[in-house]
Amino acid sequence: MQTLPPQLITARPLLAARNLTRRYGSIVAVDDVSLVVYSGETLGIVGESGSGKSTVLRLLNLEEPADEGQVTLNVPGYGDTNLFSLERFQRRQVQIRHIGIVYQNPHQGLRMRVTSSGNVAERLILAGERRYATLREAARDSLAVSEFPLERMDDLPAKLSGGMQQRVQLAKAIALKPALLLLDEPTTGLDVSVQALVLDTLMRLQRERQIATIVVSHDLGVIRTLADRVMVMRRGRVVEQGLTDQVLDDPQHPYTQQLVHAKL
Amino acid sequence: MTLLEVHSLAKTFHIHHLQREVPAFANVSFTLRAGEFLLVRGPNGIGKSTLLRCLYRTYLPSGGSAMYESRQGVIDLARAADVDIAQLRRTEIGNVSQFLRPRPRVSALDMVAEPLLAGNTAIDESRRMAGDWLADFGLKSDIWQAYPTTFSGGEQQKVNLARALIAPRRLLLLDEPTASLDAGARAALVSRLAQLKNQGVAMIGVFHHPEDVAKLVDGELQLRVH
Repeated sequence: MQTLPPQLITARPLLAARNLTRRYGSIVAVDDVSLVVYSGETLGIVGESGSGKSTVLRLLNLEEPADEGQVTLNVPGYGDTNLFSLERFQRRQVQIRHIGIVYQNPHQGLRMRVTSSGNVAERLILAGERRYATLREAARDSLAVSEFPLERMDDLPAKLSGGMQQRVQLAKAIALKPALLLLDEPTTGLDVSVQALVLDTLMRLQRERQIATIVVSHDLGVIRTLADRVMVMRRGRVVEQGLTDQVLDDPQHPYTQQLVHAKL
Repeated sequence: MTLLEVHSLAKTFHIHHLQREVPAFANVSFTLRAGEFLLVRGPNGIGKSTLLRCLYRTYLPSGGSAMYESRQGVIDLARAADVDIAQLRRTEIGNVSQFLRPRPRVSALDMVAEPLLAGNTAIDESRRMAGDWLADFGLKSDIWQAYPTTFSGGEQQKVNLARALIAPRRLLLLDEPTASLDAGARAALVSRLAQLKNQGVAMIGVFHHPEDVAKLVDGELQLRVH
């Protein structure tokens, strides 16, 4: 049965994306995707490689424009603005202040020749902070929240393990207390035990801060652990969405049934 | 006060790769009031657990309605928006399953405390209450800090029950919670359920040995082949 519009949740969604389409030449990477995320909840996006899930995340991080569609973020001063219509400087300001992202590959999110604390502080410098003591203090706080071992805060990321690099990325992503947190395969490639610890940190953050989170992963275990709701993508389109346990235990679409049953 | 009014609820699974429709149950109707305990009966495979999962919306019902009197007004559990169901699961509707889904590196005590933490209870108080529940079910305190991934089935189930019951709920769905429990834990569970029932919590339960909860039952729903 088709579900009804929200009735108990009367707040506006923090993030609303409508009819996003993104083409690369003749390839339609993202095809008419709409989604909403509320503060305090986590939306998972699953799908195989090439399904468009990472492209959706890049669009929501305002890294590249959509060819069609709009994105609104319910934060002061921008609530009704399609963020793609902003000029470059303003768009960058929204991205720095209100959106944090953790990439699967730490090289994408970190400068490897800058210390870990420097990587986190950079975010605050971009937001206009210049005082050294304040920067250092804020970087330390954010690394502590991400459960990074502080005695190593002045090490270069290149010298850190994969799990620690992800914690630096996370510290950087949450340094300015963003309203929206984007996680692109945040634990893929980590050892299973390290993965568990990083997931635990993410769950604690979810609980302590009312962030709206989107997590992209092909790992259904990660999605089951972190996500309240999930969206299944295939060939750029959304084929199904629902509560995480419902989509994984009672999938409706033929593709989702295949995806769920392919899991070992 | 009527808490839940289920009318002609039905569930059919569509299994695409077999191109088959598998009916689970159809035409289920009942009414449940605050503080009432409804026992769901019927032979194996008749859809008792499926019915509970449809009410919790782990399964999507195929037809009918389940009008639930939430604190914020009446809402149809069969069709409510996902975000509304998520909200009700956090605040009003609890699900007590047969199995714990342990997470690596999370202690038994913290697994149990988690639903309270999510509801903004302070960490010390949450852990103290978690300890009370675990002690009640007879889980030895020297393994509260251990990871349930390594526990026996019975020990895991004690953690599971404590976790499922620790936060206050208005409606509890109980899917064979006494399976794999020893006699002491079974008695503790029944006495905790009686307490909650007295406080006005409504319950719908499937039990392999209904005599365990005979004293709690107010009504029975017999599922039949249709």
